[in-house]
Amino acid sequence: MADSRDKLLDKYEAKLYKNRKDHILSLEEEGGTPKIAANTRAVPGVMTARGCCYAGCKGVVVGPLKDVCVITHGPIGCGFYSWGTRRNKARPDEDGKNFVSYCFSTDMQESDIVFGGEKKLEKAIDEAVALFHPKCVMICSTCPIGLIGDDVQAVAKRAEKKHGIKAIGFSCEGYKGVSQSAGHHIANNGLMKDVIGTGDRAPKTKFSVNILGEFNIGGDGWEQERILKRCGIEVVSVLTGDGSYEDLKSAHLASLNIVMCHRSINYIAEMIEEKYGTDWLKVNFIGVQSTCESLREIGKYFGDPDLIARIEEVIADETAAIEDDMEYFRSKLAGRTAAIFSGGSRSHHYQSLLRDLGMETVIAGYEFAHRDDYEGREVIPFIKEDADNKNIETITVTKDPERYHKRQPSSDIETETYGGMMKTMNKGSIIVDDYNHFETDELARRVKPDVFFSGIKDKHSIQKAGVVSKQMHSYDYAGPYAGFKGAVNFGYDLVKSLYTNAWSLVKPPWKNEPMLVGELGTGGESNA
Amino acid sequence: MLDLTPKEVMARTALRINPCKTCQPVGALFCALGVRKCMPHSHGSQGCVSYHRTVLSRHFKEPAIAASSSFTEGASVFGGRSNLTTAVKNIFDMYNPDIIAVHTTCLSETIGDDLNSYIADLKIPEGKKVVHCNTPSYAGSHIMGFSNMMTGFMSYLTKKTGASNGKTAIFPGWANPGDIRQLKKICSLMNVPIIMFPDHTGVMDAPMTGKYEFYPEGGTTIPEIASLGDCKGVVALGEIASLAPAEMMKKKWEVPFVMLPQPIGVSFTDQFVMALRLVSKTEVPWELEEQRGQLVDLMIDAHQWVYGKKVAIFGDPDTVEGLTSLALEMGLVPKYVITGTPKEEFTKKINRLFSKYSVTDCKAKANSDLFELHQWIKNEPVDLLIGTTYGKQIAKAEDIPFVRAGFPVLDRYGGPLMPIFGYEGGIRMAEKIIGALMDREDRDCADEDLEIVM
Repeated sequence: MADSRDKLLDKYEAKLYKNRKDHILSLEEEGGTPKIAANTRAVPGVMTARGCCYAGCKGVVVGPLKDVCVITHGPIGCGFYSWGTRRNKARPDEDGKNFVSYCFSTDMQESDIVFGGEKKLEKAIDEAVALFHPKCVMICSTCPIGLIGDDVQAVAKRAEKKHGIKAIGFSCEGYKGVSQSAGHHIANNGLMKDVIGTGDRAPKTKFSVNILGEFNIGGDGWEQERILKRCGIEVVSVLTGDGSYEDLKSAHLASLNIVMCHRSINYIAEMIEEKYGTDWLKVNFIGVQSTCESLREIGKYFGDPDLIARIEEVIADETAAIEDDMEYFRSKLAGRTAAIFSGGSRSHHYQSLLRDLGMETVIAGYEFAHRDDYEGREVIPFIKEDADNKNIETITVTKDPERYHKRQPSSDIETETYGGMMKTMNKGSIIVDDYNHFETDELARRVKPDVFFSGIKDKHSIQKAGVVSKQMHSYDYAGPYAGFKGAVNFGYDLVKSLYTNAWSLVKPPWKNEPMLVGELGTGGESNA
Repeated sequence: MLDLTPKEVMARTALRINPCKTCQPVGALFCALGVRKCMPHSHGSQGCVSYHRTVLSRHFKEPAIAASSSFTEGASVFGGRSNLTTAVKNIFDMYNPDIIAVHTTCLSETIGDDLNSYIADLKIPEGKKVVHCNTPSYAGSHIMGFSNMMTGFMSYLTKKTGASNGKTAIFPGWANPGDIRQLKKICSLMNVPIIMFPDHTGVMDAPMTGKYEFYPEGGTTIPEIASLGDCKGVVALGEIASLAPAEMMKKKWEVPFVMLPQPIGVSFTDQFVMALRLVSKTEVPWELEEQRGQLVDLMIDAHQWVYGKKVAIFGDPDTVEGLTSLALEMGLVPKYVITGTPKEEFTKKINRLFSKYSVTDCKAKANSDLFELHQWIKNEPVDLLIGTTYGKQIAKAEDIPFVRAGFPVLDRYGGPLMPIFGYEGGIRMAEKIIGALMDREDRDCADEDLEIVM
């Protein structure tokens, strides 16, 4: 595998080699955490898979809030592309408000760019309020907004006064930061400043959690909620899949935060802990083993014998229900290898589910992760800030004197920590940060994993090369893949993809047979 | 579905809801994919190209390659010259295209990056090309971006040698590979040698061979684009996309052009065939006449299930014009016809079609959106929807049969391989439309009314 890394890097000329060599590793020991370069600028022209700050803020974090009218302030494209394309499923609550199937944009024209777009934005909010009476409007800025100097926060403040609603402006222009990651951070800041802590709806039960960094792609969040509910654990709010402004307001009243996607939401987890004292626990509900472990950790955190017993009952029941299916899928999949590039924790999470199915991950990486997502949070103090990162606001929160409450976990459970992806990977695995098209093709060709999990931009080139490709951002429009039922769906979808009959038809028969001298029908063979 | 959409229509001047268009750069990128060994390049922040490649891959179910200048905050303040210079070097080093087709974005347009001077200062490897066009996202729509990229290629590459190449240029407008194959087939039957520009066949409908070709053997070649100035004439299809490029060829090289609608339905395909007949001076072969006859036969056979049914048609202006003509030929009433592209020519053209077929009480509108269309439908319903994927929301909300056509269709497979152009494309569309309406009859009728023969 080290050989594959070197061969890949050898293809680069000196300058690119120098840049890329620190982003591509071949793990030399099990459980080790070599240093990786991450969260730095993508080099122009390399065909990075990355998106932009707007995509991280609107597309990932705030877009899924179902009762919020999210207005994209800018020309039409950005709003259009992020309209209904991410599979963050949502069902309306009692208020009936579900904006998820809508796209709102100020559709800026040339005159708005020249003379400023604030008036149009204000008018757009007026129109949205008149048409839909939302409780909350969020404004997401696209590239030109910062350049022409529109003050979206000021517009939001005026709209709040005028309409008596909550309005929040996000300066998430596409050029900020180096990837989607900047947008996550900006969204986290806005939600923390203006939403979380503004409600007072207390949880109904003793064991209450927020699920952070769960976007309900394909219904993943619903499967997690189903399991948690069976265990007797109340879900106060979800950030942000099928989440709502209404629930989020009271998120600070939950007893514990559980974190799925570390990258996109760790800021809020940290800030809630600092301000309100709520602990957070990194969990993984992808994979049977890891779902069981995560549930047990939550049980351990609360330390309640009844809860712990209930969790064990649920685990026993749920695992028994899927045992036969999983055994069958293992028989079809064991020994296969995988490459995975997805999300802000998914490349880590799915390795666990793949292991459940007897598969090994040989290549992994992220588009927009930071070093702590690869190496673990213990490296955070050593991460050097560069100019691009400094441009992203870091807000500081302080202890809320009245509402701060630090719970003492009943056992020695470690909270506020995440070990990162690399420690769990085998020796020889290849890690690639900010992967590009060239590297994707080279690795698919050289290492030949049986399945390549990434996104739509790579899917068809990988598939054309004869390697099974599954979209891990959208689950190829299937799912859920989380929890117990999700594991079965995932196994079945992999079997479908690997065993599709058409794979055997790729080569036409005339490519295998020599040109024979003969005549039709003289071979004595029957086609019947 | 879309439960928050009120029936009462309120005039909006600022809020676009559920758009029926997207931005210029994706059109430029798509156009450039129809050129052989071309790397499209987006001069802006990297999210643009990520979105554009994504929507194109989701429509065509094919790779859609393109690179980005990956603007950061610094580049946005100081200009993107060094980003472009680095990008061009890396693209030639890593991906070795014959040509890079740069388009701008709202970002680089807003800061006023001067692509002419940046490109003039580039070190371009021997035999390679870099071209560009301006595609400010805040003007027009993706259709203009497509058109602008065509003129970008042509202003850099075309020449006139003085000797005619004996060919006719065909500008297909925004079309699927299945449509372009149909155009080529008709031209071949009519014995007209052509240069198709752009040409997405072989690229956006590449076969499965087990080997990924980064640059598939498709697309208009650079020499072909260069020799457009030596063509006998241009047959430009779809005025909104193809008129500007055709006019440019006329102005620059005095190549005459004929401006026709995209050949969708009988009479628009007739116009295309008649134009080719003028070029080749040969009679229309039986094969085409036979296809035409089959399409008309199908329309007459099935007329009673279609006649007088109301349809709403939406999407890109040139495609929608053709679909409206086909719908009218079939006896449908195109109650609402909209595009998001802000071009008033569209409205005029559609109104002319309404007059031609003497249908009244029908509405055509450019610069509209699907929210407005939905509200109209709530006030006066239709029997059928024809348009892009996003129509499925309205179709579900209002329980209306839905036929997909145009760009983008993100939720079905195989569409880009199939034509809506030509008589054969007409047969395909007519079959889909008739089927959708008749399936609804079957679904809704009482058991005793379920007909075995229809």
